[in-house]
Amino acid sequence: MNYFVKRLGRAGITLFLVVAITFGLTRLMPGGPVASMRGKLRRQNPSMTTEQINQQVQAAVGVRPDSPLYVQFYNYVTGIFQGDFGQSIALSPGTPVMDLYISAIPWTLFVLGTATLITFAISVTLGALLAYKEGSKTDVGLSSISIVLNSIPYYVAAILLIGVFATTLDWLPFQGNRTLETTPGFNIPFMVDVLRHAILPMLSVIITGFGAQMLGMRSNSIRVLGEDYIRVARLRMLPTNRIATRYVARNAILPIYTGFIISIGFILGGSVILEEIFRYPGVGRQFFAAVSQRDYPVMMGGFLLISFAVVIAVFIADLTYGLIDPRASAGGDNEAY
Amino acid sequence: MKPTEDDRTPMTGDPNARADGGTPEIPLTSVSEERVTRRDRLEDSLAERWETFLLAWSDWRFKIGLCIILGYVLVGTLGVHLIGEPTFYDGGKWDKPFQGSENLLGTNQHGESILGSLVHSTPDMLLMLLGGAVFATSVAAFIGILAGYKGGRVDSILTTLTDTAMMIPGLPLIIVIAAIWEPTNPIVVGILVSINAWAGVARSLRSQVLTIREESYVEASRIMGSGSLSIMRRDITPQLLPLILINFVMSGRGVIFNSVALYFLGVLPITSAENWGVMLNEAYSVGAVTSPELFYTLLFPLLAIVLLSWGLIMLSQGLDRVVNVRARARHEGEVNE
Repeated sequence: MNYFVKRLGRAGITLFLVVAITFGLTRLMPGGPVASMRGKLRRQNPSMTTEQINQQVQAAVGVRPDSPLYVQFYNYVTGIFQGDFGQSIALSPGTPVMDLYISAIPWTLFVLGTATLITFAISVTLGALLAYKEGSKTDVGLSSISIVLNSIPYYVAAILLIGVFATTLDWLPFQGNRTLETTPGFNIPFMVDVLRHAILPMLSVIITGFGAQMLGMRSNSIRVLGEDYIRVARLRMLPTNRIATRYVARNAILPIYTGFIISIGFILGGSVILEEIFRYPGVGRQFFAAVSQRDYPVMMGGFLLISFAVVIAVFIADLTYGLIDPRASAGGDNEAY
Repeated sequence: MKPTEDDRTPMTGDPNARADGGTPEIPLTSVSEERVTRRDRLEDSLAERWETFLLAWSDWRFKIGLCIILGYVLVGTLGVHLIGEPTFYDGGKWDKPFQGSENLLGTNQHGESILGSLVHSTPDMLLMLLGGAVFATSVAAFIGILAGYKGGRVDSILTTLTDTAMMIPGLPLIIVIAAIWEPTNPIVVGILVSINAWAGVARSLRSQVLTIREESYVEASRIMGSGSLSIMRRDITPQLLPLILINFVMSGRGVIFNSVALYFLGVLPITSAENWGVMLNEAYSVGAVTSPELFYTLLFPLLAIVLLSWGLIMLSQGLDRVVNVRARARHEGEVNE
């Protein structure tokens, strides 16, 4: 229970801090969104009164520039937790920010969620396998390859993958999420088409991401294999499979799992670059469009959305961590790092 | 540590059998005569550093990594003077690489020499790397050591702060700040892109400090009445140095990843065309990714990034061995005594 409350508290604090950051950036930064919007409105409509300008600014970014700071902050926070992220000012003026993102969210979750899970599955399996074959040619070869792959930034991998599979071989499409000829729905051509578009973005996350976790899993498994309780389990003539899954894997996976939790935030945040390269219509691409147009409300909304997604994902992962490792939820301060 | 051990041996033995042949004294007074001067300590620590370096040097990964990094530093300092700054008249539009003798790596769409651009980007990239890594590592060391040593309330506040900072998706936050603020100084850019990179490092340093603080010599210092600050500086930080160094290298790698990405996306203001990210951006915008003939304009900057990143990883892996060997040696030393 203590564990659950602690994690919930941490998620709450993070959410609050994220909102405070966007508020600070929107309102307080010199030359920031509010200041620049007021200046722009004044220049374009010299006849406007200060009151009208303030109203327009409030509609867009959710704060009234002339009210006291704590009132602004209160209005801003309550607005956000009611799902009001403000209105777009440059991309499509007047549209609520949420409307711009709502259709993009499933695509990002689909591509990056799947990629994250596949990365985790691959690295755990391979890492355990390498630990059993420690010192063999497979071990040395795969470890070195994964280090080289791990030193490639995912966006570099994306460019190289496009160069090989889309340009040279012409096997896969390199941009967008689907071709226009297919009709959305549960039909085979559409699903195949969507998958074909998703392969390259997923691959660029997977092949650059699995190395670090795999090496971690490998060294953990090697350490666990040397423990006394494994020897005892062997002496008890327990089936090898049971030892491998229940004894070795379960203990070796714990430290990796925290790494996995951290990587969620990293990968979701990376959606900005990845979706821009593949012109994939997800949250990151919408966010990036807002950045290049300096559409501040949409920008802040995108940052908030991505942060919320990370906080929720980490919270879920934290709870499942408590299930995998009973010590985490039972013990007080002895957190397993 | 060694001198004190030697000092103590005569005291525990026969008081008449003193090594210096002096008159027998009361044991405790003889200890105070042998003050370790500052110079002795410096010499000791230098000798120890040199031994550590030799140990690291015996690892091939450290050798490769260090050579690559030194190579980049040489290019950034000397190479800038040897190879002329790229101009629009270096050659024709898109001269192929490895063809003429004039432009070894070919030219881009403006006729600028790619080799020249690569070389002249290096100083700024190195400054960025250094600025970001110094910032991230020093903040992480401060917070991690303070939280780990102090414990209690300080620890729980700092740990919450660290966990929160780790959950906030870094890249979108960096992009938002970069879009509003538009920094141009390479060192400032380096600090900006590692804005929450310190969190993960702080967490791993903290867990290391948790084990060090229970060591007997730390307890001894505490009993002797040393203040927390001096214990953290004299007793704990030296033990952590290799780990800090590894994290320094890895945060440098993160800085390169992120800053190149931001320049590639065009989020950061372009101050000069000489930047690997800007080179990627220009090549990408004319469609080098979809045309096999122009792919070299992307490939060479990509290689520069990947090689640097690989060198940094190799360096950190070589150092990692030093940390573990030292831990093992310390352990063996205790067993032998």
